[in-house]
Amino acid sequence: MAGVARHREFWARFYRNRLALSGLVIVLGLFLVSFLAPWLAPYDPNYIDLGAMLMPPSANHLFGTDPLGRDVFSRILFGAQISLKVGFVSVGLATLIGVWIGALAGYYGGWADNILMRFVDLMLCFPTFFLILAVIAILEPSIWNIMAIIGLTSWMGVARLVRAEFLSLKNREFVQAAQALGAGDARIIFRHLLPNSLAPVMVSATLGVAGAILTESALSFLGLGVQPPTPSWGNILTAGKDNIEIAWWLSLFPGLAILITVMGYNLLGEGIREAIDPRLKE
Amino acid sequence: MFAYLIKRLLLMIPLLLGITLVSFVVIHLAPGSPTEVQTMLQPKASLEAQQRLRELYGLDRPLHVQYWDWLQRLARLDLGRSFSPDARPVWDKIKERIGVTISINLLSMLLILVIAIPIGVIAATYPHSWFDQATTLFVFLGFAMPGFWLALLLMMLFGVYLDWLPLAGLTSHFYERFTTWQKIQDLAYHLTLPVLVSAFGGLAGMSRYMRGNMLEVIRQDYITTARAKGLPERTVIFKHALKNALMPVITILGLSVPGLIGGSVIFESIFAIPGMGQLFYQAVMARDYPLVMGELVIGALLTLLGNLLADVSYALADPRLRTG
Repeated sequence: MAGVARHREFWARFYRNRLALSGLVIVLGLFLVSFLAPWLAPYDPNYIDLGAMLMPPSANHLFGTDPLGRDVFSRILFGAQISLKVGFVSVGLATLIGVWIGALAGYYGGWADNILMRFVDLMLCFPTFFLILAVIAILEPSIWNIMAIIGLTSWMGVARLVRAEFLSLKNREFVQAAQALGAGDARIIFRHLLPNSLAPVMVSATLGVAGAILTESALSFLGLGVQPPTPSWGNILTAGKDNIEIAWWLSLFPGLAILITVMGYNLLGEGIREAIDPRLKE
Repeated sequence: MFAYLIKRLLLMIPLLLGITLVSFVVIHLAPGSPTEVQTMLQPKASLEAQQRLRELYGLDRPLHVQYWDWLQRLARLDLGRSFSPDARPVWDKIKERIGVTISINLLSMLLILVIAIPIGVIAATYPHSWFDQATTLFVFLGFAMPGFWLALLLMMLFGVYLDWLPLAGLTSHFYERFTTWQKIQDLAYHLTLPVLVSAFGGLAGMSRYMRGNMLEVIRQDYITTARAKGLPERTVIFKHALKNALMPVITILGLSVPGLIGGSVIFESIFAIPGMGQLFYQAVMARDYPLVMGELVIGALLTLLGNLLADVSYALADPRLRTG
């Protein structure tokens, strides 16, 4: 089967790429940390110990404590769960919308394409962060709202990608053959075109997770994202900013967690991209 | 050129309508009507404020009438009055802050260009050298670094430990009494960190883009020709290649406008800079709907304007576009 051979080639190339592998390791590590957080964390992340406020890192508190005496290390471990959730749900939503719009525009062309793509242009005109904040001002900041809003404002890239793939695929022989055999539009779109356009979508989704995590952390940092006491990397950094002159650990560690995570997804995404199409490697 | 400009301006109209429509939809997203949410979440909102909101949007009338009305006000820059106790017109509030935000964004764009272009050119001229590899690492870091975290780290280093730069604000006390030269110095002093931080995100993308462009151009036949003519490598790179590699940068710069404007919310609130971003943040926190909506529309308009400027400069630089 050609599919199997292609998969083997993909993995062979992927394994040879050290950066991509380290991305994969980081992302897998993140999954592990989020699932095992309840067992890995030395303290309850929400346990308030007023006798241990703003303690610098020590053997007892690896990453120190926050202004309420909560263990920062435990909070960062649990914060990984939030990042994972936000990354996957919002990117899942964005991908779903983007694939639908891109597929409709690319397959049907004509006025449908025109209208949908103008809508994409329009959405790209908004400073996304402004749009997100405006919606949050109206709805309440909560993790579900955040995920929905990030998803609803980040599907445009996927839509353009899928549309381009569909445009280049829809006149190929295998599609014409399917049409000649009397396959309906839905069958052609879902069985023939979509599976063949999924590779670039996967790349953009992986990179999208990184973007969603950055956006969520920025929102939580501003106090408009995940609400305390639920720990998120962004809201720990808020405490870091408030105590910037006395508690460096509150600013350093959560930021490092974000940096490493986002870098992991970016490396993984770039790795998949290069493994799919080695010509892309400059 | 003039015809091209007119065409571009006409194309902006549907986009403009679309932007206002999306903004309008956002206002009506509120469960119930904005006035209800107002009373639920913010008991502060007086009956008078509710009345003002109802007047502004005419919430009891059919949607299309409301939209048309709102558009007409928008055309006169009448964005309603703020919910805050001073109840000043939204446009007045934005007007006094828009300059700061635009200046910071222009400065950081300039910084991006000044740093990213040489980096990209050198990396492309010597691919796979240590410099190129260091650039790649820097690019990956740049893409993954949350801007607000970089801001915190720099504040900690330069503001707290070294105590070289101020932690926040745009001007010092007694700014009014300074001489012009002192004023410039004081502003530069306060703006260093914010501009640096807001440029950082774009820096990674731009230098990578520049490198890719340059590599592409260097492969072209006319570069081989230039080398074959016996021109010195420096002339080939800086005169023949760079000029052509720079063109698409204009477009990328235009595309980076929404990111920069969106980012200003974060940087301005961190560094306590009285610009549009900080105003927007305050408006969101206070659920000052007229102000939120005004900011959203003006932010999108700025983006549109940025794209237009980019297109026009591209046309000025590339004769094929304006004649073709």
